[in-house]
Amino acid sequence: MRSDVILLGHGSGGKLSHELLDELIVPALSGLGQSDQNDAAVLAAQQGLLAFTTDSYVVDPIFFPGGNIGDLAIHGTVNDLAMVGARPIAISVGLIIEEGLAVHELRAILESMRAASRQAGVAIVTGDTKVVPRGKADKIFINTSGIGVIDHDVQISGSNARVGDKILINGTIGDHGMAVLASREGLQLESCITTDSAPLNNMVEVLVEKLGNQLHALRDPTRGGVATTLKEIAVQSRVEITLQETLLPINFAVAGACGILGLDPLFVANEGKLLAFVAPEAAEQALSIMLSHVHGKHAAIIGEVTSTAAGKVRLRTAIGGLRAIEMLAGEQLPRIC
Amino acid sequence: MKHQKEYRDPELARLQLQAIRQAVAGFDRTITLMEVCGTHTMAIYQHGIRSLLPEQIRLVSGPGCPVCVTPVGYVDQAVALSRRPNTIIASFGDMVRVPGSSSNLLQEQARGATIKIVYSPLDAVNLAERTPGADVVFLGVGFETTAPTVAAAILTAAQKDLDNFYVLCSHKTMPGPMTTLAGDPEIQVDGYLCPAHVSAIIGANAYQPLVDAYQVPCVVTGFEPLDMLQGVLMLARQVVAGVARVETQYSRVVKPEGNPKARKILYQVFETCAARWRGIGDIPDSGLQLRPDYHRFDAARQLPVAIEPSIEHQGCLCGEILKGKLRPKDCPLFRTTCTPEDPVGACMVSSEGTCAAEYKYGG
Repeated sequence: MRSDVILLGHGSGGKLSHELLDELIVPALSGLGQSDQNDAAVLAAQQGLLAFTTDSYVVDPIFFPGGNIGDLAIHGTVNDLAMVGARPIAISVGLIIEEGLAVHELRAILESMRAASRQAGVAIVTGDTKVVPRGKADKIFINTSGIGVIDHDVQISGSNARVGDKILINGTIGDHGMAVLASREGLQLESCITTDSAPLNNMVEVLVEKLGNQLHALRDPTRGGVATTLKEIAVQSRVEITLQETLLPINFAVAGACGILGLDPLFVANEGKLLAFVAPEAAEQALSIMLSHVHGKHAAIIGEVTSTAAGKVRLRTAIGGLRAIEMLAGEQLPRIC
Repeated sequence: MKHQKEYRDPELARLQLQAIRQAVAGFDRTITLMEVCGTHTMAIYQHGIRSLLPEQIRLVSGPGCPVCVTPVGYVDQAVALSRRPNTIIASFGDMVRVPGSSSNLLQEQARGATIKIVYSPLDAVNLAERTPGADVVFLGVGFETTAPTVAAAILTAAQKDLDNFYVLCSHKTMPGPMTTLAGDPEIQVDGYLCPAHVSAIIGANAYQPLVDAYQVPCVVTGFEPLDMLQGVLMLARQVVAGVARVETQYSRVVKPEGNPKARKILYQVFETCAARWRGIGDIPDSGLQLRPDYHRFDAARQLPVAIEPSIEHQGCLCGEILKGKLRPKDCPLFRTTCTPEDPVGACMVSSEGTCAAEYKYGG
């Protein structure tokens, strides 16, 4: 690359575009067998059902403790596929870059996308790059779409939670949202909060394999946090969920920062967490699967499905009180993913 | 934070609740206790405290949320200022969604105004220093807890000799509205859970005149669940015994004389004035305005703008809710026309507002 910043010309389709693709993007993102530069990727037809998802990433700042917009964009799409029990097989990457982005920042983002896709075992098979004039985007926006294969007959759905199910989470709540907020606002916290952004497909594969139809529902509590996700499932499955405040795993620094800023960690975003609804007899097994996984060290059973009072989520507080949990109206925090 | 678990101990909570039930056993009427602090409002909902107390004790929320008591005209003035060229409005997050007569700051931002959310008034001073070509207007809203930090920001701006930093001031003080409400026969407050942070500044002694005038018990209370249960217990005991005095439950933070140093900074920059409280009206000596020495930082004086005539939304019962006369669910707009996404009244906007708390955590 002759320039150390991205120029409008890098999106022109001409020589500079080819330089960007050949020297930076293709070497970073391809290499998993799909390097033909045709207009579309060609994939082998698959047995079973296909899952297809898309998400756009506009986080500010683009680099935050523990991650950046690049690995976040891979993890998010991989996890969306995993939450329906799909094994991710292909991802597309659309980059919208603001003129003036430093080439070394773009390189770092692309390299973490490659590392994230390798870790998740999924290939980036196609992509697109546009450059827009300064001020028309904020450094870089990324869209990823993903295709996954469901090659088992386990029914996993947000409408499948049943009375008696135990609810598990694979670790601490609210890390990603607070990491981004603290880094964006330059909050001086005693200890650093890092994002939990991580691919969950491997853990889900094990859960599906070991638990089979005892695994009823999965969802990743991203924007809106654990509270909003549980409310969605309570509505979809027409059940009542009761959480125990004392069982919620919350990082000490996250709890402190939330306390200072008046935020409720239950509503703060996660990017490497899943909520699993599991038949009660399989709950301990599910917990030990999570605990033995690299992304499940602080897993816990946090509540259960208590009745068929449709759409209700309640929290039993530490002092024994009971309160309702409603869906978040607007964003607690802007642009966290 | 380090001791948070100790203030949420289930066994101690059980003992406190037992003591509260014993204290009110045999007492023949409902005891109405009012808190006047947004953080208390939130804590009551967040910990499910109402679900634990005996039915005889009724907790009502008073005018304790600074955003909620800010009149519509103030928002209109902020909206008008945001439309000035080269003007940046710096504000705490909650204010930007408060509806004015015909617009709010978020809508103005979408139309091109520059609105910056800050976490400290000093951030606004730094912003002014970094952007010499623009006028930075900080929205000064809040009680004695916030006002000293705004005073410190103004002193910093003066020290740096900034000529582009302004405050649109709508600060309010306690316990003026508590005295007004204590004298309102329609409300019948039996006791006040006095605010924690405000009292840390003004001191527990500040409530003595209120107690003397209206014989209403006052207990300065902390925010943790056990603090609040103990505050309720102390008030219930006073009410049942028929006495009225100032007590401090939150003695680990609040002193009788408060924090004279913070008050000194506060009154170096501000002086007391009459203030308009949304839903309550004008209360003498319950607001803060900039002293003449600091008028050059006063957005209202230095940046004249045409302000639209204030219109309160018809049917919004924020005023009655702020006085503790009605609960959010008594308002026909609650959850129908008025939601956190599209709030009609300020009580639904602020995260510390009674309506927002009830919407989020249920009744």
